[in-house]
Amino acid sequence: MAQMTMIQAITDALRVELKKDENVLVFGEDVGQNGGVFRATEGLQKEFGEDRVFDTPLAESGIGGLAIGLALQGYRPVPEIQFFGFVYEVIDSISGQMARMRYRSGGTQTAPITVRSPFGGGVHTPELHADSLEGLMAQQPGLKVVIPSTPYDAKGLLISAIRDNDPVIYLEHMKLYRSFRGEVPEGEYTIEIGKADVKREGKDVTIVTYGAMVHASLKAAEELEKNGIDVEVIDLRTVSPIDMETILESVKKTNRVVVVQEAQRQAGIAANVVAEIQERAILHLEAPVLRVTAPDTVYPFSEAEEVWLPNYNDIIEKVNTVVNF
Amino acid sequence: MFQILNEDGEVVNKDDMPNLSDDELKELMRRMVYTRILDQRSIALNRQGRLGFYAPTAGQEASQLGSHFALEKDDFILPGYRDVPQLIWHGLPLYQAFLFSKGHFHGNQMPEGVHALPPQIIIGAQYVQAAGVGLGLKMRGKKAVAITYTGDGGTSQGDFYEGMNFAGAYGAHNIFIVQNNGFAISVPREKQTAAKTLAQKAVAAGIEGLQVDGMDVLAVYAATKHARERAIAGEGPMLIETITYRYGPHTMAGDDPTRYRSADLDSEWEKKDPLVRFRKFLEGKNLWSEEAENEVIDKAKEDIKEAIKKADQYPKQKVTDFISNMFETLPNNLVEQMEEYKAKESK
Repeated sequence: MAQMTMIQAITDALRVELKKDENVLVFGEDVGQNGGVFRATEGLQKEFGEDRVFDTPLAESGIGGLAIGLALQGYRPVPEIQFFGFVYEVIDSISGQMARMRYRSGGTQTAPITVRSPFGGGVHTPELHADSLEGLMAQQPGLKVVIPSTPYDAKGLLISAIRDNDPVIYLEHMKLYRSFRGEVPEGEYTIEIGKADVKREGKDVTIVTYGAMVHASLKAAEELEKNGIDVEVIDLRTVSPIDMETILESVKKTNRVVVVQEAQRQAGIAANVVAEIQERAILHLEAPVLRVTAPDTVYPFSEAEEVWLPNYNDIIEKVNTVVNF
Repeated sequence: MFQILNEDGEVVNKDDMPNLSDDELKELMRRMVYTRILDQRSIALNRQGRLGFYAPTAGQEASQLGSHFALEKDDFILPGYRDVPQLIWHGLPLYQAFLFSKGHFHGNQMPEGVHALPPQIIIGAQYVQAAGVGLGLKMRGKKAVAITYTGDGGTSQGDFYEGMNFAGAYGAHNIFIVQNNGFAISVPREKQTAAKTLAQKAVAAGIEGLQVDGMDVLAVYAATKHARERAIAGEGPMLIETITYRYGPHTMAGDDPTRYRSADLDSEWEKKDPLVRFRKFLEGKNLWSEEAENEVIDKAKEDIKEAIKKADQYPKQKVTDFISNMFETLPNNLVEQMEEYKAKESK
């Protein structure tokens, strides 16, 4: 076991897969010699060569097309989109093309592609760097969308994503890159995509969350414990498909749920979680399922992040509302 | 404009005459005649409601088949929605091409060893994907190319430029073809760009570009052959603009070309018909006869009749087919829906 930041765990996963499978290719803007704008691909080009880890021209749509074409030649592309706000340039390649490859070809062609991309607020990035756009991806049949919150999850999920024979969107929260270290096993291990993880057990209220909001929820849970409220925190880890089994098991125990996301209320995937719960467990609910989200405005100018982004106080408030309903 | 045969079927450029045997020349003519008949029959079948989506090809035979004839089996085709003939001559069975038209997934299931994608509906997407296939072929050390087609309107897309530019930057094994038939639905090519030619757009990617008489099958063949040799020799991709014309509407979904094209223009282009001039050329060499042509026509009609019958009889699609073609391993939501639809389908 080693202590790693999430970004180190990501680099480690890429290294493990580059070593294990010669078809794995890592490419994007500045991922080669530069090692990535966040150092996620640091040292990989030097270790594996320019044929395996390489820079591309500055064009996201071209990167998506390149990944699809390389996949058609039997490669296992792991392209990077520098910031997920730039996904709009490549939505056709992702949602219009790679997500549909297996279906449209009747299973004769596949797209074993993992699109890595940073997102997320709290680090005062300029415009269209931090936007949470996982909701767009989660609505596209043919994609899986993975969002880790810890170094351990990041490594195991990225290895699984790369080995998956269908396209996976792997979103890396910028605030979590280096904010803490965690235990990460050496070598290879996998975490099943589509499986949530109970990060904290509790019996009074269930929080369903993902990304940076996992940590805000854990902090809120600590505070709430002081007031005698025992919170269970479920980290979805995969936001499409959603692990309803783990959620329902928890709901049946706690009978109260708050869904927490960083994205705006009209975005993200929280509404989907609420809908699934009300369809499947309404008789187990003591209160409505409430959501903690950002307001329905454009992502804030960087100075205003603190007042805009959901935080642990918002979570505490919503949990109290649900408990006192 | 690069040309070998003029409208009267005379060789105007001996130096670039491709080295094709008599049999190959006859085969090229056979394919063009066959494809003209396929177009006529497809339009008729569409009108009878026996085919669905169909983008007419008459007029573009030299452009489509001359370029395809320069390819090898290992070459990978990324066609646009009008480029079904290239797929057929690359090995897609005719009944599957009809299933594509009708909207059945089996039409898109390329047989083993047929290196191609189904026709691309998103104009430009095939260009960026081709760059990836071309790079993959280069990295695998294969003596093969990725060829892709778009129209004149498609050259205005971002993906058109990005695809060529990526392929250029990587020295990928690519041939990019622009079939300039003068119109993108109703919009004339002059409204797409102020550029004098579309071939010159290659300059922006730093790759070779060539404008070719797209009604001259020998010129299109020679240009594509040249591009192929350059690409596999590592000399980089090439953009070929074929100047051509579609006699029919844009698609059979209600487009009426008389709204935007004059009868004079149509008849002017009919004089340039690729079949007429190549027929004259072959007749001059005693390689073609009315009898030979009728033989091809009969064969085409017979094949088409059989293929449409086979397409009609092909098992209908079920929701469970679609679900099982989504992923290698079904996620939970689809596992649930699979059960639901299995129950419905067994009723």
